[in-house]
Amino acid sequence: MSEASSLSQPQAQDICAICLIVRRVFDAVAPIGTVLGVIVLVWYLACIPMNRAWIEDRAGASQTLAELIPAVWQQGSPVLPAPHQVGGALWETTIAEPPLRERRGELRGNPRSLIFHAYQTLAPTLLGFLVGTFAGMALATGIIHSRAMDLSVMPWAIASQMVPILAIAPMVIVVLSSLGVTGLFPKALISSYLSFFPVVVGMVKGLRSPSPMDMDLMRTYSASAAQIFWKLRLPASLPFLFASLKVGIAAALVGAIVAELPTGARFGLGARLLTGSYYSDTLMIWSALFMAAICAALLVGGLGLMERIMLRRMGARA
Amino acid sequence: MSVHSVISAHALDLTFQTNDGPVHALKGVDLDITAGEFVSFIGPSGCGKTTFLRVVAALEHPTGGEITVNGMSPDEARKARAYGYVFQAAGLYPWRTIERNIKLPLEIMGMGQAEQENRVKNVLQLVDLEDFGKKFPWQLSGGMQQRASIARALAFDADILLMDEPFGALDEIVRDHLNAELLKLWSATGKTIGFVTHSIPEAVYLSTKIVVMSPRPGRITDVIDSDLPKERPLEIRDTPEFQAIAHRVREGLRAGHAYEDG
Repeated sequence: MSEASSLSQPQAQDICAICLIVRRVFDAVAPIGTVLGVIVLVWYLACIPMNRAWIEDRAGASQTLAELIPAVWQQGSPVLPAPHQVGGALWETTIAEPPLRERRGELRGNPRSLIFHAYQTLAPTLLGFLVGTFAGMALATGIIHSRAMDLSVMPWAIASQMVPILAIAPMVIVVLSSLGVTGLFPKALISSYLSFFPVVVGMVKGLRSPSPMDMDLMRTYSASAAQIFWKLRLPASLPFLFASLKVGIAAALVGAIVAELPTGARFGLGARLLTGSYYSDTLMIWSALFMAAICAALLVGGLGLMERIMLRRMGARA
Repeated sequence: MSVHSVISAHALDLTFQTNDGPVHALKGVDLDITAGEFVSFIGPSGCGKTTFLRVVAALEHPTGGEITVNGMSPDEARKARAYGYVFQAAGLYPWRTIERNIKLPLEIMGMGQAEQENRVKNVLQLVDLEDFGKKFPWQLSGGMQQRASIARALAFDADILLMDEPFGALDEIVRDHLNAELLKLWSATGKTIGFVTHSIPEAVYLSTKIVVMSPRPGRITDVIDSDLPKERPLEIRDTPEFQAIAHRVREGLRAGHAYEDG
């Protein structure tokens, strides 16, 4: 290295380290950023033909493109709201609006807050998901231990998912409400109905994943079926279980939203979708949709985090 | 059957019914193994050497003849923890550390925690893995994993060790090393070992008795008692005595037409 070199070695190393971090962030963000950018671009472009008719109705067909374009992105009740309008609506109904407010001396949910509506949907989602998961695990355990259950339960489990949930949900909700059961429980039931199935399928596969050699080893110890279950089958099934749980929790959320539709529930993301379509309020629909997507992402992301922590404790490679 | 017989088979048959008709995995097998012997089973694929070991372990059940292990039926012997079994692959459970893998049989047998710790420490020392108890299996080399699996089979101190091609997947240098280690272990513990292999030098180097088998039907063609000294450095493989036994094994394999499609 010549004496004239402008950087001392430690400085050069620091710069390299920063380069490396920038590079890593770029590598992580670039692919998803590109996809997002394309979607937003297409969305803005799509607003032009979608909202054009309304503008031309008002101001005549003689609009130049320069007049038309800002108008289609600013419209008060658009057919297709522009991304920044949806973002604004989301902001106003979450950050700018308290989820709880005082009413007749009591602290109650604020129906103008999307966070309150999300909670109304998430509570049954999580309850239904828990019930569905445990039911799924119990069924899977039965299926792998009993040939009779394997032959009898599995076809029914598959058949249950063939019936459209939109056909079943109204019956369940209406029957339960005629029995006086309303609110959280019927929604949770629909959620569990959708989420138990992926858990059964994944868990059966996982519980059967130990190799013949793993099983032979247990037999040489004269291990009981319960010991084989707890010490071999269950730990071996966990990676399969987590994959199923991610599918199951997304299905549970769909179930809770669908369960809000048939009876005209007043609160919840599904209720927001319904209200929005009654009043042709596309902004309300889109912000509810985005809230649902954010909830799903958080739920699946949370499960992914749990999976990583758990599998790392179980010796998975870092 | 002699008084000291640990494993005794008489006219043992095992026929598997398959879609292509019956397969005679074992036919008319007579064998006596006495306490403290190191017995190798050698032969080409399909000769029934692994099947015989699995019958001893009560993982398969014979369709004819008799077999006793420690004077009991194989099923009773298994319940009495008569043997430890080492498979072709290490078969360590990846979610358990080496220590906890070795504890697996001890947990199943309902041993106390202190006793478990004690035994794990002892067998890890025996296979030279003292510092690796807290590691997960993937952090160990193939040879070390197989040593851990031997430690697991030794942990509950059964009199018999059944090993089904335990070093088959390892390279020759590691295999030589583990063979020497296994001999040391055998002389230190005085166990009876049944060892399946398809390597002639391995069989001759390790054994006090070599059982040569051949396929279709699986049967014993020769039983060779080795007169090599108990103390065996790796160089013993270059001596004429060693070569003579290896030659006889090879002849036995040829006599059983084992080379045809082995």
